This record gives sequence, C-alpha cells and structure tokens, in this order.
Amino acid sequence: MKRYYQPEIETMPREQLKALQDERLAKQVKYVYDNNEFYRGKMDELGIKPEDIKTTEDLAKLPFTVKDDLRDQYPYGLMCKPLSECVRIQSTSGTTGRRVVAFYTQKDIDLWEDCCARAIVAAGGDENDVCQVCYGYGLFTGGPGLNGGSHRVGCLTLPMSSGNTQRQLQFMTDLEATILCCTPSYAAYLGESAIEAGLQDKLKLKAGIFGAEAWTEEMRQDIQNKLGLKAYDIYGLTELSGPGVSFECEEQKGMHINEDHFIAEIINPITGEVLPHGEKGELVFTSLTKEAFPLIRYRTRDICVLNDTPCSCGRTHIRMSKPMGRSDDMLIIRGVNVFPSQIETVLLNNGMSPNYQIIVDRVDNTDTLDVNVEMPADAMSDSVADITAKEKQLIEALKSMLGIKANVHLVDAKSITRSEGKAVRVIDKRKLY
Amino acid sequence: MIIKQISVFLENKMGRLSELVNILAENNIDMQAMSIAEAADFGIVRIVVPEPEKTALILTEAGWTVKQNDVLAVSVDDKPGSLNRILTAIAGAGMNLAYSYAFFSREAGKATIVVKVNDNEAAEKALEAARIL
Repeated sequence: MKRYYQPEIETMPREQLKALQDERLAKQVKYVYDNNEFYRGKMDELGIKPEDIKTTEDLAKLPFTVKDDLRDQYPYGLMCKPLSECVRIQSTSGTTGRRVVAFYTQKDIDLWEDCCARAIVAAGGDENDVCQVCYGYGLFTGGPGLNGGSHRVGCLTLPMSSGNTQRQLQFMTDLEATILCCTPSYAAYLGESAIEAGLQDKLKLKAGIFGAEAWTEEMRQDIQNKLGLKAYDIYGLTELSGPGVSFECEEQKGMHINEDHFIAEIINPITGEVLPHGEKGELVFTSLTKEAFPLIRYRTRDICVLNDTPCSCGRTHIRMSKPMGRSDDMLIIRGVNVFPSQIETVLLNNGMSPNYQIIVDRVDNTDTLDVNVEMPADAMSDSVADITAKEKQLIEALKSMLGIKANVHLVDAKSITRSEGKAVRVIDKRKLY
Repeated sequence: MIIKQISVFLENKMGRLSELVNILAENNIDMQAMSIAEAADFGIVRIVVPEPEKTALILTEAGWTVKQNDVLAVSVDDKPGSLNRILTAIAGAGMNLAYSYAFFSREAGKATIVVKVNDNEAAEKALEAARIL
C-alpha cells in the first residue's frame, strides 16, 4: 500500500520545505502585486514593495485579507489572471451571508486535486479502492475536489453527489464501496440508515473522509462504530481551493497542512498579532501557488492550534487541530461565547444522539438558549423521574461547559430533520439589527 | 402475575397520542390497559397488550422510542377496599409504590390493578401471603 501520494513533498525535510516556501512566497507576492489592483493598493498604502518580502518571516508585514474583501470585490476584483485563462468557478455554500466566488486555472485545479489525492492516500486509498463521493457536486467544492482526487489516486469513483440515501446505500453495498467522502453529519445519517435497513454486515467501507463542517471526537467515534470504518478529517475553504488544504493521516491527531501550497499562521483575532505554534488563535492562510485567485494572509475565522511536533506517519508538514469553533458559528448568548461544538460534546458524552438543534431567542430582552435533542432508545424508561433526571443531568453538564443555562428538551426520535449537506444546527431567532 | 408493560416516549406535541393509538389500531393491537404519565414537555404512555414483543417491534420500526419492563398485575374484586388491601400488603412488606393504574377485567365483577414496585417477586410473595393472589 502506498503511504504517500507525493512522498518527495509530503516528507520533505523541514529546512528544504522552508526554502521552498520562501521562494514561492517572494514570487507569489510579486505576481499578485503586478497583477491585481486591489492587493497593489493595499500594499502601496502601507508602503510595502514586493522586494520587501523575501522569506516567510516577512509575511507579517503584509496586510490581512478578510471575507468582506472577497464580498466587496465580488466577482472579479481579486483575480490575477484574465478570464480567458480560467476554466472553472466554485462558490461557497453561502451559509453565512453573501456568496463568495473563486476562480481556477487548469493548473489551480490540478494542484487542488493533488491535495485531495494526498488526503485519500493518507486514509489508505489506492487504485484498488471504490470511492463513493456524496459531497454535493456543482458550485460546492466538496464533490468536485474529492472526485478529482479520487481519479488521481486511481480509485473507482462513484460520483453520487448528496441526497437520495436509499440509492447511496444501494451503491455502497452493491459496488462494495471502500472509501466514503461526505459531511460528517451525513455520514452519521448514512450509518443510522444502514443499521435500520439491516445492511451493516454488507458494508465494506474501511475509510471515510469527512469535512466541510465542524465535528467532534465523540461524533467521530459514533460514525466509526456505525459504519465500521476509520474516519479522517479533511479541511479546506472554497476561497483557498476547497477541501484538501489540510488532511488527517492514520494518527488521527490533527490535519497536515499542505505547506508547499499554503502558509499557515495563527493570530490573535483581536490584535492581529502572530502567535507562536501551540497557541490558540485564528487561522490565517497565504496561498503560494494559486494563479487565478491567490489569497494573501486570508483570515479564515477558524479558531485552532498549530502543532509542529514531528508526526509518526513520516509527513513533515505541520498539523492543525480541528477548528474549535468558527468565529461566524460562534454565538454570543447573554454576553458569553458559545460554540455549537461544545454543546455537541456534552450531548454525546452524556449518551445522547448526535441529532440536536440549538435555538437561540430573545425574550423580554434576555437571550434564551434551548437545546432540542432526540430521545435515545437506551435512555428510555417507564419512569418520568428517570427521564427528567436525564434532562437535569444534561442541563447541569451544559451549564458547567458553557457557563450559562440551557433548557434541554427531549424530543421524539427522528423528529429533527436530517441533513444531506451541512446540518442546520443553530436557529437564531433573535432580531438584533 | 408478572406481566410485560410497554412504555412509549411522547414529545408534548399536538396529535402525538392520536398517532400512537392509530398505529396500534392499524396493526390490530388491542390495548388491555393504558396510562399516561406527563412531565412538562414529554409524556410516557404505558400500555399492556396481548403480544408485547411484537408490539414493541412494530412501534420501534415506526420510529417510536419504547421500553419494555415487568410490572405486577393483580386481579381483585371490583368493590370498595380492594385496592387498599393491595397497597397495605405492599407497604407492609416495606416496599414503595412507583406508580399504579387500574382497568376493568373482562371477567364480570373483577378489576385488574397494575402496580410498579422495585421488586416484583417480593411484592408477589407479599400479596400471596396476604391471600390476595
């Protein structure tokens, strides 16, 4: 079995990788300055010339790019290539505000697919595998990215796209899919559906590559148990290419960042100051090889930690933790920062199902937090006291995790709508503006 | 007699109980007894049916959350004081009653009392000793 898709890059000695980044960064900054008015204007404003950027240490001199810049420059303002040289656009799911559109040259697509291929090989994939891709195809990067990566690895690729769970399960069992690519919430749903249909014994899945939304370690265990596979996390942003900016290896302890294509920094989200590896802060990326739509110091709004300790898998590229929250997912309830992932952790740790919904509202000028969670079969009892005790246990556990009170409501099994793409976990009914 | 009871979780939502009894009717399941225990936003419907295993399976497959457990069913004469004889015997044996409900028996002049205590066997013995069973 192949261990790496591009071993010479993935296991490149750190010094050599740093030299590669320095060289690519200097070249990229000059390229962007010469070809894009927006970036040139921002650099001129700060009196920075491309020659000032020689190594990655100079990166902090450059201004940040934020999501609003992408929205303001929509659709062509951040391009560095004429449209005639572009072959594709992809777009964000638009879950948080206006859509962002990203452009790709053929080379951009090739490099992106290489990144996805690295993730598939890291999950144990090779040309003997049958790879079922049930991320959405179309503007969303999930389907096209993993589809391309799967082709490059040589897997038999099932371009299922999202939805139609019965058909997914039929192909999965009839064609003996061994690798599954989809969102973690859909993976959990497929697992549940497979069990219900009595198909668990017919599954041949060995690995799953799950991304595009936040998920917890507890959810990983749940998916692994239901589908009998090893679940790997994959990270990416449409703005930077799509999935494959970073990916997990067999260690399942953080995602290796494809540092030959992206430089990662962690900053203090308030001051913008660069923090050392190991500290928690906002993740910032600079793309080193993108042609059509390069980004300089792009603030992802994902809160995480970088880990530069060597990994036993042999990859030398640094790892990032799972995002601990996305600043745009973050809810401020009664002045307290609440991440949905914290609530999920509490629910799963207390034997509840991963099917839940968070409802935030404002009643008489006070924020309210309600968590609806489906009643799991093994917590069922003939005694009201037992079930109210369970509710109380959850309320207390949430209070100790979040620091504020949440009302917990046990609801009927299967009453919370299952998602086929990104799960709608949070309903914020407050009218704050 | 120790019998199986099925408890069904019901979110406090309009029409939910009707959906439950409807699925029982559709499957031709004759409820012999039913009781509802309610909390703020959910309820537990406890039922006694002739084929508990089969009924539990039908309900689970239809997406209901259910649990089966043993309860004690005691047949008594349908007349004043019958229930108290049972309760006295149980209390006399040092046992606490969790809940209880009653239904008419098909046998004329008889009623059946369902009682839930922490130890069914011990309660059964206490009732036998009191010549109720």
